[in-house]
Amino acid sequence: MKILSPLILLIILILIAWVGTALAGLETLFGLVIPYVALILFIAGFLYRIYYWSRSPVPFRIPTTCGQAKSLDWIKRDRFESPSNLFETLIRMAMEILLFRSLFRNTKAELKPGPNLHYGSNKWLWLGGMVFHWTFLVIILRHYRFFLEPIPFVISLTEKIDSFFQVALPILYLSDILILAALTFLILRRIFGGPVRYMSLFQDYFPLYLISGIVLSGMMMRYLTKTDIIKVKQLSQSLIHFDFTVPSGIGAIFYIHLFLVCVLVSYFPYSKLMHMGGIFFSPTRNLANNSREKRHINPWNPDVKIRTYHDYEEDFRDKMIASGIPLDKD
Amino acid sequence: MSWKTLSREKEKMNDLFKIVIGLVLFFGLFSIPFWAGSSSGGNGPEIVVKEGTEACVESKEFMRPNHMHLLDQWRDSVVRDNDRVYTNASGKHFEKSLTKTCLNCHSNKEEFCDRCHDYMGVKPYCWSCHLSSEEQI
Repeated sequence: MKILSPLILLIILILIAWVGTALAGLETLFGLVIPYVALILFIAGFLYRIYYWSRSPVPFRIPTTCGQAKSLDWIKRDRFESPSNLFETLIRMAMEILLFRSLFRNTKAELKPGPNLHYGSNKWLWLGGMVFHWTFLVIILRHYRFFLEPIPFVISLTEKIDSFFQVALPILYLSDILILAALTFLILRRIFGGPVRYMSLFQDYFPLYLISGIVLSGMMMRYLTKTDIIKVKQLSQSLIHFDFTVPSGIGAIFYIHLFLVCVLVSYFPYSKLMHMGGIFFSPTRNLANNSREKRHINPWNPDVKIRTYHDYEEDFRDKMIASGIPLDKD
Repeated sequence: MSWKTLSREKEKMNDLFKIVIGLVLFFGLFSIPFWAGSSSGGNGPEIVVKEGTEACVESKEFMRPNHMHLLDQWRDSVVRDNDRVYTNASGKHFEKSLTKTCLNCHSNKEEFCDRCHDYMGVKPYCWSCHLSSEEQI
């Protein structure tokens, strides 16, 4: 049920967009209103999430390290596994965000006949995750050709590299094939992954199905059913210039694609997908391990009133001298 | 009796400054289309066809999204099967040739092909072998 119900929801979403545009002709609703609403939901939700997280105090340093911290000069330290300043932390964060370094250390425990418990390195999730995230980024960058005019060099270059092998026409993008492979792996991993299947919920399957739906509808438009992309770019230009016009005759498949993207974008800040912002708010990653160099004091510690022995002696000096008690300070 | 208050320099509650930098970077990059503007002001390209010509091999609605596919099929059938005649939806016959058929009417590459291709950032490799009518060897 956890596996099938998100798929049913995806089919319902596709039907909504198809009925809405192909049968009911609500192109203004699906071409203008829903994209703007989705964008507002995304920005508002994103900002709210960041605001909410930024209110959490981080009084102490709790980085998870796996290397020698900065200590005495003659002890060899590990700069990026146990960063001690902002620069080293930034490098460590960059490696985490761009290369998923901590996931690379993923291990898997398996019970083998014997019984024998085996621990081994498991890089498949790392590989699938890397391929998925990077191809998704390339695909998003490629889509900037619909929004920018003239098209910047970086975007053309991305597209050129992506269509390097010049297979078929329109040229098959490598990222399309790779993201489908990665999505298939990520879905199958949850379904046939034993313990992973036990942990997986509706909200784990839904984004995977939704993104698969977006990829497949996009690929259909490019390779199979064809859409007049000049009109699509006119629509996107109208959206970003607030012209509020929708070119007619774009076709339902495009509106299905757009509607699924709108669903993804508006769902984003309210779901696990928000790990995009959350990675920057992970105190076990984004803090320098400098507790030995610098004392970190909890900001809501009350100010403690103290009375030193020196003050005590000053107060009772006369009485102490009279009773012959020795003084620290004569 | 005298009491002192012990206070030390305390940790900041959070890194508001760094968070704002991150947010500005993210939303700044992601919203480039909104503030970068566009040279055509949102209108699509205008394309020019040679005057006094007949209809295209297929309808405009078909040709716009499908012309690349048609040309691809033409190339393959001519080169592989020596099949040089195309019969369109209404039964008319055309020679499968970019230079002899298409470029007859769509004679100006800059004002026809390039306008839409540049607008969409498409770089077809037709012209790495074929010459447009104005080009000389």
